[in-house]
Amino acid sequence: MAVLVVAAHDGKTIRSNVANAVTAALQMGPEVHVLVAGSNAGEAAKSAAVLQGVAKVLDAEDPAYANWVAEDVAPLVVRLAPNYSHVVMAADSVGKNLAPRVAALLDMAQVSEAIQVVSPDTFVRPIYAGNAMATVQSADKIKIVTIRPTNFKAAAAGGAAPIEQVAGTGAGGLAAYVGAELSKSERPELTSAKIVVSGGRGLQSGENFKMLEALADKLGAGLGASRAAVDAGYVPNDYQVGQTGKVVAPDLYIAVGISGAIQHLAGMKDSKTIVAINKDEEAPIFQVADYGIVGDLFQIVPELTAAVEKK
Amino acid sequence: MKVLVAVKRVIDYNVKIRVKSDNTGVETANVKMSMNPFDEIAVEEAIRLKEKGLATEIIAFSAGPAQCQETIRTALAMGADRGVLVQTDAELQPLAVAKLLKAVVEKEQPGLVIVGKQAIDDDSNQTGQMLAALLGWSQGTFANKVSIADGSAEVKREVDGGLENIKIKLPAVITTDLRLNEPRYASLPNIMKAKKKPIETLAPDKLGVDVTPRLTVLKVEEPPKRKAGIKVKTVAELVDKLRNEAGVI
Repeated sequence: MAVLVVAAHDGKTIRSNVANAVTAALQMGPEVHVLVAGSNAGEAAKSAAVLQGVAKVLDAEDPAYANWVAEDVAPLVVRLAPNYSHVVMAADSVGKNLAPRVAALLDMAQVSEAIQVVSPDTFVRPIYAGNAMATVQSADKIKIVTIRPTNFKAAAAGGAAPIEQVAGTGAGGLAAYVGAELSKSERPELTSAKIVVSGGRGLQSGENFKMLEALADKLGAGLGASRAAVDAGYVPNDYQVGQTGKVVAPDLYIAVGISGAIQHLAGMKDSKTIVAINKDEEAPIFQVADYGIVGDLFQIVPELTAAVEKK
Repeated sequence: MKVLVAVKRVIDYNVKIRVKSDNTGVETANVKMSMNPFDEIAVEEAIRLKEKGLATEIIAFSAGPAQCQETIRTALAMGADRGVLVQTDAELQPLAVAKLLKAVVEKEQPGLVIVGKQAIDDDSNQTGQMLAALLGWSQGTFANKVSIADGSAEVKREVDGGLENIKIKLPAVITTDLRLNEPRYASLPNIMKAKKKPIETLAPDKLGVDVTPRLTVLKVEEPPKRKAGIKVKTVAELVDKLRNEAGVI
């Protein structure tokens, strides 16, 4: 039986983490189908069809699917699921909202945020904010799995899967999308950025984040923050890296004025190279950093910005 | 409108957890236990609805061993009116908890259920969505703000790129995100009063719910440790290391 990946998208292209989900799905079964549910989402379906390893794309068109209302998309996934051994989604805000609803409607358990596929029915997932790793085996007929994208390589482009139209399920009328207040940023999205620059309470104000913006822009980096900086109101919620925020694993993570609470480490310790800039040499962040520099961030950051070449 | 809140007893968030040496789980003996922080936010939100005159009664639900009574008492001390404990020593996974909640919801008929978005022990982030599915209700997950009027709720949700607004029909399940509110501390008089509030105890089989786990935990291990690296003295040295040693810039 094939594996179904449910792809989040913006109507034009699928989210980059779908490519990671496809890689995870290929470890669960040899044939992977991708479901693109949307309203005029033909372009997004095409962007899924080019992923290597995808055997078929299902394009379900229905006005009810325009904004990822879980109450309306879940019945579609439930209708398709009996043809599959697994339903896989990236553990982002779409997957976390939708997957458990699908699982319960099917009376199947869900494996949340798998970081490794041991075998088609066995997965490793972090518990206690990543302070322990649990290996769990699912006895259910259809395995509903959300995967942590940063732990799976992105499937490359270059494929050409056929796109099949499937019927929609209509609107249930339980919930309606009203609007969104999304952060506008020219910078790369945090969870897919190759380099992330994050600031903590050491920045002392939202105004001082401008200094980090300059560094991030020069490096072509995403900009993140610790929970302390978000709670202090320096930056919006969606900047937060950590257990209750975003999990990132870039090639380079630069932690500026971040002490390194467990909460924060859970969100970034899989980064390839970690740099810590902090005035407190006892800060726990130095215990996970490959390169630490003890000193005044207000001197070091501008110096670093000047020293790196523009990307 | 009755409001039902679900509260889970978990290892206190300040405790550094220890993996058992036989890799069967995490050490819970002689460890401080508390209410799951996201559930505290759920209780607080319910109390605020009652203070605004939108909720008439708050029922605090928990499922698990007898000690979950303490967690319910905490909710009662914060301001919930009465408790329901589904008592069992069996391992409870999210789907089973959602089914127990559904049974209690059908009995109590609340107009709103508020639960934490996830528990800080298993980090599943499933129960609220599963409950909504089983009841055929709408779900307002990862709530940052909730406004209730005329049989519906407007929920501001924390999503990947920022915030999203949805309008959901009541009855509904709402799951709380971190910034929905700041939970109050229970005052001493309220802690005393909470001791007299009723807690009903039920058994899973009396509710007709099979709580057999669907997932088998094969082992629980320590995460791979990251080794501390080196300290550099100057920015020039740092840039050199990043460029020539790590090759990341």
